[in-house]
Amino acid sequence: MAEWTYAEAIRQALTDAMAEDDAVLLLGEDVALGGPFGVTRGLRERFGAGRVLNTPISEAAITGFAVGAALAGRRPVVEIMFMDFITLALDMLANQAAKLALLSGFQQAVPLVVRTQAGIYHSAGAQHSQSLEAWLVHVPGLAVVAPGVANDAYRAVRWALRQPGPVVVMEHKGLYGRRQAREALEWDPQWRPGPQLRRPGRDATVVTYSAMGETALAAASALERDGISVEVWDLLGLSPLNLEPVLESVRRTHRVLIVHEAVVTGGLGAELAARLQSEVFDDLDAPIFRLGGRPVAIPFSPPLERAVIPSAEAVAEAVRTVLA
Amino acid sequence: MAIRVEDGIALYRAMFLIRRFEETVAEWVRAGLVPGFVHLAIGQEGAAVGVVHALDGRDVVFSGHRAHGHLLARGADPARVLAEILGRAEGVCRGLGGSMHLVDTAVGFWGATGVVGGTIPLALGAAWARQATGGVVAVFFGDGASTTGIFHESLNLASLWRLPVLFCCENNGYAEFTARAEQSPVAYARRFAEVYGIPSAGVDGSDVEAVFEAARAAVAEVRAGGPYFLEVEVARLSGHYEGDPQGYRSAEEQARQWARDPVRRWRDALAERGVAEEALAAVEEEVARQVEAAREQAQKAPWPDLTVLNHG
Repeated sequence: MAEWTYAEAIRQALTDAMAEDDAVLLLGEDVALGGPFGVTRGLRERFGAGRVLNTPISEAAITGFAVGAALAGRRPVVEIMFMDFITLALDMLANQAAKLALLSGFQQAVPLVVRTQAGIYHSAGAQHSQSLEAWLVHVPGLAVVAPGVANDAYRAVRWALRQPGPVVVMEHKGLYGRRQAREALEWDPQWRPGPQLRRPGRDATVVTYSAMGETALAAASALERDGISVEVWDLLGLSPLNLEPVLESVRRTHRVLIVHEAVVTGGLGAELAARLQSEVFDDLDAPIFRLGGRPVAIPFSPPLERAVIPSAEAVAEAVRTVLA
Repeated sequence: MAIRVEDGIALYRAMFLIRRFEETVAEWVRAGLVPGFVHLAIGQEGAAVGVVHALDGRDVVFSGHRAHGHLLARGADPARVLAEILGRAEGVCRGLGGSMHLVDTAVGFWGATGVVGGTIPLALGAAWARQATGGVVAVFFGDGASTTGIFHESLNLASLWRLPVLFCCENNGYAEFTARAEQSPVAYARRFAEVYGIPSAGVDGSDVEAVFEAARAAVAEVRAGGPYFLEVEVARLSGHYEGDPQGYRSAEEQARQWARDPVRRWRDALAERGVAEEALAAVEEEVARQVEAAREQAQKAPWPDLTVLNHG
């Protein structure tokens, strides 16, 4: 079966959506040139300058522009080049895009997609590496998806472009080159970005998303050699959060570890832990454990950069703790 | 060139409606009937009416936090705007938005905002998406917005992409409680437009006819392609918000500002041009009846219930 990379899957999703719906347009810094990771390469040539808009470095204005275009019935896809820069667009996202449907008494809708990429990769440094999803899921009216594999990335972007309200697609720069067997993807309008089972297991459940899915799978493989069977779930959708399959898993394994790259303090893991304990407290044989980034600015030096986010070894160790 | 008498009376009717409407809101604030914060446009009616009357049905308007006048000038039902300000189910936004978040798409009023400058880039995107309609998008904001980053990003982008946007800055000399001179070394926001290559003009907001003429010229330029920046110098005859004790400006200055009352000035101008006192009084009585009916309707309107939140 043919393979594709995570970046190619996103490009294909944008291409298919643009071919199907004239209302879809792309805008962002350097998108006409493909962007720093080549995700939008070739789209300007195919769809023209009227639908692929290269913008100045003005994150707030281009996001606000997209809100206005969405109010007028378009489906803009804004690229925020690095998730760290979403800080500059947060007023437009949190105070305008997320709220206008309700504030207008539902006269208006803002079908806006923001693509951005997060995560640690090759010493990008403290202002080009952060995972800031916790800030976004705190805003009612914003949906957030964080695909961990190419096929999910394709579906997530197609799904985002069918939503009535704003969606942030949080990509991971470390995943763009990852290959996966390409599934025959007939677009299914019933599809929702819910938890994906990455590996079945008996002894403990690991709940994660984005690039930490790979880390969790590596840990699970290592633990298997010691006879420990770990089930790995990739959330994919961060807001709204559908935890049903994960709850089922925890009811079987009775032990759960939450892993994310984002700083652990106030991270999505806290929300997950709170929801899990309220649903499956009686099924738990151990406290819910969280593993996330250290609460520091991400250092530049490669060994230090690797050390501030969970490694496969750290995940394996945490699973052993949950099992103890 | 003077405008036709019937157009002049229409301008007067629209301004007088805003004045009576805002006086009602002020009265209700004093009586404790209005939830939240309200920012009145008393003194700024000439800007709202002069600019909005230069637009037509193809066009779209955005505004800021001082938006009642712009929405009324656009033709919204005063009863439903009052109901919104009271948080009632019959409000234009079903009571979900309130004074700072008015929207009435039926009259081409696409939004106001509680964040200064927040609607400026929305106007750009709406203008870009609607170019095929021939419509322009007008966005109102105060001089306080001109010190925000979003203002400058938006002017740059609008000029770069030649977007059909009419930037309408109502310069009332104050950003909230602080005078313009303490906010920026640039006295007039239109100076920024010059830097970005956007044609601009300044006009006295106490003269609604001058505003109307300037806005007509501005809208013609925007329709021909590209943004325009119109700065209307207005008097803010009320405080920043209703109930503002205005300790930051003297009673003398407040009194002086009333000489720039656009409603009174235009009434006097029409009288000088031969409009009979009876005709002006008839307009005032008609508006007074309209506002009285709106008051009754808004006060009788029910509160929304929680089910409205499930709509989305």
